[in-house]
Amino acid sequence: MANSASPSARKTAPNPAAVPQTGSGHDWLADLGALIVDATSAIGGFAIFSGRTLAWLATRFPRGDTLWPNFYQVGVLSLPVVALTGTFIGMVLAVQSYAQFRALGLETRLGAVINMSLVRELGPVLAATMLAGRVGSAMSAELGTMRVTEQIDALASMGANPIQHLVVPRLLACLFMIPTLVIMADFMGVVGGYFYSVVILGIDQHHYWRNSEQFVGNFDLFSGVFKSLFFGATIALVGCYRGFHCAAGAEGVGRAATAAFVISFVLILLLDLLLGIMLEALYAYIWPEGAKLF
Amino acid sequence: MASPHSNTVPPNADGDDADRAGATSAHSAAVDVLLEVRDLHVAFGRHAVLRGLNLVVPRGQTLAVIGESGCGKSVLLKTMIGLIRPTQGQVCFDGRDLAGMSERQLTSTRVRYGYVFQQAALFDSMTVGQNVAFPLRQHSDRSDEEIEQRVLSRLAQVGLPASVAPKKPAELSGGMRKRVGLARALALDPELVLYDEPTTGLDPIMSDVINELIMRTRLSYPVTSIVVTHDMHTARKVADRVVMLYPLARLAEDEPQIIFDGPPSELDRSGDRRVSQFVKGEAGERISELRGA
Ligand SMILES: Nc1ncnc2c1ncn2[C@@H]1O[C@H](COP(=O)(O)OP(=O)(O)O)[C@@H](O)[C@H]1O
Ligand SMILES: [Mg+2]
Repeated sequence: MANSASPSARKTAPNPAAVPQTGSGHDWLADLGALIVDATSAIGGFAIFSGRTLAWLATRFPRGDTLWPNFYQVGVLSLPVVALTGTFIGMVLAVQSYAQFRALGLETRLGAVINMSLVRELGPVLAATMLAGRVGSAMSAELGTMRVTEQIDALASMGANPIQHLVVPRLLACLFMIPTLVIMADFMGVVGGYFYSVVILGIDQHHYWRNSEQFVGNFDLFSGVFKSLFFGATIALVGCYRGFHCAAGAEGVGRAATAAFVISFVLILLLDLLLGIMLEALYAYIWPEGAKLF
Repeated sequence: MASPHSNTVPPNADGDDADRAGATSAHSAAVDVLLEVRDLHVAFGRHAVLRGLNLVVPRGQTLAVIGESGCGKSVLLKTMIGLIRPTQGQVCFDGRDLAGMSERQLTSTRVRYGYVFQQAALFDSMTVGQNVAFPLRQHSDRSDEEIEQRVLSRLAQVGLPASVAPKKPAELSGGMRKRVGLARALALDPELVLYDEPTTGLDPIMSDVINELIMRTRLSYPVTSIVVTHDMHTARKVADRVVMLYPLARLAEDEPQIIFDGPPSELDRSGDRRVSQFVKGEAGERISELRGA
């Protein structure tokens, strides 16, 4: 890579021989190469890390006393903020959709739209985002501090496996608690949407619910919760991986925490898209003439 | 040579030292080797830290590894317990290469080690008592009372009262934390104890307390110890052999990285300027680097 002449440098310079060895085009190419190498090795490292975590999960289930504190952190302490944001999202959906639906004379369809979006998309993504921000970065900062202060090395030096001790309980906590959080976000969103549509905008209550019932089925609820399991695993694994591979010093810990959030958020949206496509196909396969909104 | 520490031999009695160090290098086949490092290379990416190290540590020896900061002493210790994988070469504990071990074998081998970390590395989510109990819970099926008894006696051994057991590490002073780290490392009576700068950052009195603890451990049973330090006082007091590492960046391609290997009494007689400067604490020609560029 270091000696290959950059094509872009050759194009801009009239005389290729006059291009200096360290021209900007050359650096650019070398940087890109380094970036690709880094990205590949990071993805490989993450895959190995995840594989080892799953292997440990399969070999030995962690003891209760290492699990409960994580369940409490991830589940109980996240409930209030998830409930609050869920309520607001439900209301915001009502505010945003009302004008357009009224113009079509379909106000009562609002229930279907709000509840469908909540249960399928916004509930899971919102709960996952809150969890990534609240729990994922905290995991990464905590494990990063343990890495920097050699506590992870200490664990290994005493014949304890750091992945089994630190990562598996966190992964389990996220996996088990995220469905609860999603259902909480869904529920509060439905309540918020109902409150704004029926109580404030005065939409007919009976039709609001009838429309919801007609269009939102168990499969929608299931698909939201199903997707959230993948989001939960992503949050825990990315947070722990970034913590384990934290650079030295306070700055390293801070960067690990930020990166954990950004990476898991991007991955959550990517997974949401892929799983959405997959679940759509599954739905169409099981119920070829299933009910659609319009 | 079977058990040189069963009686109370002062570690720096000169004649004894010279004999022991001589024996290790000349007839390594005859002595009981606990740890052997063969042609060890460690590099992080392009940055080489250790190059071609060979070291034979007989059972019962207390070896001090000295050298300036950044020369790779901690990296050497971590490689010796398998926390860092060598890029080339081997680390053999009790005749078996660490790199060839399965995870399970490595775990059971590490139980025979004790590691005292530079900043103690106590788990700050646990109390002091839980920290010292950790290896006991991990590797033995003692009852809770037995473990508690053992924890308190370990703490007493390092001069800490039972009242520190329920405290969190953050509430302790640096010297106390170091001693808790020592108590934790010694909880399972390890065969080999690795100390990473045990006295760095401590006041002179606390440093001497730590030196005393290292020596007492050795007198109480035939433990092998490797003490990484740049404190010459510690090296002279506790070690029966000293090895000095030199930073690779300051060496030519073919120069060996170990620039001194012998009993502490030989340190002052070394003809190597780099050794005598380190021992006396003189910057020498390094002063010129200050005005450089
Ligand atoms: N995990 C690591 N990744 C990259 N470089 C490292 C790592 N650990 C140590 N080093 C580098 O190795 C060199 C030796 O470090 P170390 O063994 O900690 O020195 P010391 O002799 O002071 O203990 C340093 O230059 C350090 O930057
Ligand atoms: Mg060090």
